[in-house]
Amino acid sequence: METVIEASNLVKQFGSFRAVDTINFSVRPGEVFGFLGPNGAGKTTTMKMIQCASPRTSGSLSVFGLDPGTHSHEIKAMIGVVPQETNLDTEFSTIENLIVYSRYFGIPKEVAEERAEKLLDFVQLTEKRDVNIEKLSGGMKRRLILARALVNQPKLLILDEPTIGLDPQARHLIWEKLKLLRSLGNTIVLTTHYLEEAERLCDRLVIMNNGTILVEGSPAELVRDHVGSGIVEAEHSPEVVECLSHMGISYEVTGDIVQVVTDNPRLVAQELLRKCDAKQVLTRAATLEDVFLKLTGRGLKE
Amino acid sequence: MIQDLFAIPRLSGNAWTVWKRNLDVFQKTWRVNLVPPFIEPFLYLIALGFGLGGFVGYIGDVPYIDFIAPAIVAVSIMNSAFFECTYGSYVRMYYGKTFDAIIATPVSIEEVIAGELLWGATRSMIYTSLMLPVLILFGVVNVPTSLLLIPFAFLGGLLFACIAMCFTAVTPSIDALNYPSFLFITPMLLFSGTFFPITVLPPALQAFAFAVLPLTHVVSICRGITLTLFTPFMLLDLAWIAIVTTVLFILAINLMKRRLVV
Ligand SMILES: Nc1ncnc2c1ncn2[C@@H]1O[C@H](COP(=O)(O)OP(=O)(O)OP(=O)(O)O)[C@@H](O)[C@H]1O
Ligand SMILES: [Mg+2]
Repeated sequence: METVIEASNLVKQFGSFRAVDTINFSVRPGEVFGFLGPNGAGKTTTMKMIQCASPRTSGSLSVFGLDPGTHSHEIKAMIGVVPQETNLDTEFSTIENLIVYSRYFGIPKEVAEERAEKLLDFVQLTEKRDVNIEKLSGGMKRRLILARALVNQPKLLILDEPTIGLDPQARHLIWEKLKLLRSLGNTIVLTTHYLEEAERLCDRLVIMNNGTILVEGSPAELVRDHVGSGIVEAEHSPEVVECLSHMGISYEVTGDIVQVVTDNPRLVAQELLRKCDAKQVLTRAATLEDVFLKLTGRGLKE
Repeated sequence: MIQDLFAIPRLSGNAWTVWKRNLDVFQKTWRVNLVPPFIEPFLYLIALGFGLGGFVGYIGDVPYIDFIAPAIVAVSIMNSAFFECTYGSYVRMYYGKTFDAIIATPVSIEEVIAGELLWGATRSMIYTSLMLPVLILFGVVNVPTSLLLIPFAFLGGLLFACIAMCFTAVTPSIDALNYPSFLFITPMLLFSGTFFPITVLPPALQAFAFAVLPLTHVVSICRGITLTLFTPFMLLDLAWIAIVTTVLFILAINLMKRRLVV
């Protein structure tokens, strides 16, 4: 099989509103593929179409070569889903959540029990085995949802903001687990707002905004193609701005700093210090965050 | 659009995994669940049977307490399935997001709803099985025919589960579920031949009760069973229940699908 997911001209419309507007992408076996985008970009809507929870309005979509509209049963048996909204079963304990969930996949009880113990160990929740869900912290719940998504040993994992609301330790733990799963040959599709997460985990990613895909590529390619190699920042003062304009260096003002995107950060920094009399100058490598902000704008999305 | 609502849903044995989930929860909390079915018949039999029955005496040649005993069962069949598939299902669907979690597995939304409906019916059956010993102890129902109430409770329960699920599928909020409870369940409790024979009502009301009050048919069959008085009319009641249940089973699933699949 050449691709795990193939979408072309995919559209999702709610009434007259297009939440996903004619997008094209394909996910290859064994890669981590990211969807990055501000609130309301259409990431969750896209995930729901892939996981057969929401029918597409038009365009074509195939998952493992099958159409989610007609083969949802077969597709769902092969995927694991971590939803954006935590929906563990609050009537059950940690381990029971995994066992009850296994039953929906038709997994025999003994197999389910054995797997559940292993998965709890995998996400480091063995200690909380018999605790009711309501007594778990937010990070523990996210980890349990990850374990739950693995009960059917899926070939494709769909993670909608897997680390939302987690502290750095918990986030790193999930990243580590995802890398491990990837090294075992799993294909992973994830959405995130965290640029660092996308940069660390994704082999390839798309940036979405207002239902459309703006760009696609590996994190390094995107940074190189859309920003350049380096960024120099200085304080936003009239002198600095005037001096930069005078030298014909293009810049961007964000809040109280001035940013210059350049392939030669050292030179620009020197100029700023010497000629413009800037007080604070910082050079750094361009990151995905710069690409993201450049493409999606700096204003807050609703 | 309309024919979509009556499309035959594709179902498989997966529906039972949803049923089993609810049974597991029920068993976890069995202590709380077992008390009401014992207490309820006591209250009714003492207040209505001995209290009111003392004045009424007999209805036809049936002691009043024996007349209302099957109605108590019928009302419980109605209540357990109805409240399970209104408030119970709504909480699982809306607050618990349980349905969302399940439909990410090979279980389809149709099967989730079917499982909920089967569970509602099972609730009625469990409730009836627990009430029955109390009624037998009071000597107000015939044995062994009354054991037929148990399988019948499943069918009667399924009827009310399907009615309930249709309301759940269209309710804008959990509070709005109070309307069917007051405007549908309460009148039925009073006008379905429960505490007085339906024949004392004006003919128009009688016709109304037979045509659209499901409890009328459930009471009629329960009474036939507990008094061991089987009449051909009961076949008519049974046919009414079977047809309405089948139609509403399909409708409930499709209405829920329309609500949840967007
Ligand atoms: N069921 C629905 N009915 C109507 N509009 C919807 C529905 N679901 C989503 N939308 C709209 O579609 C757009 C995309 O929503 P979506 O949840 O896909 O965004 P997202 O990229 O996941 O955002 P976030 O980062 O906040 O999770 C939003 O404008 C949202 O309001
Ligand atoms: Mg989202």
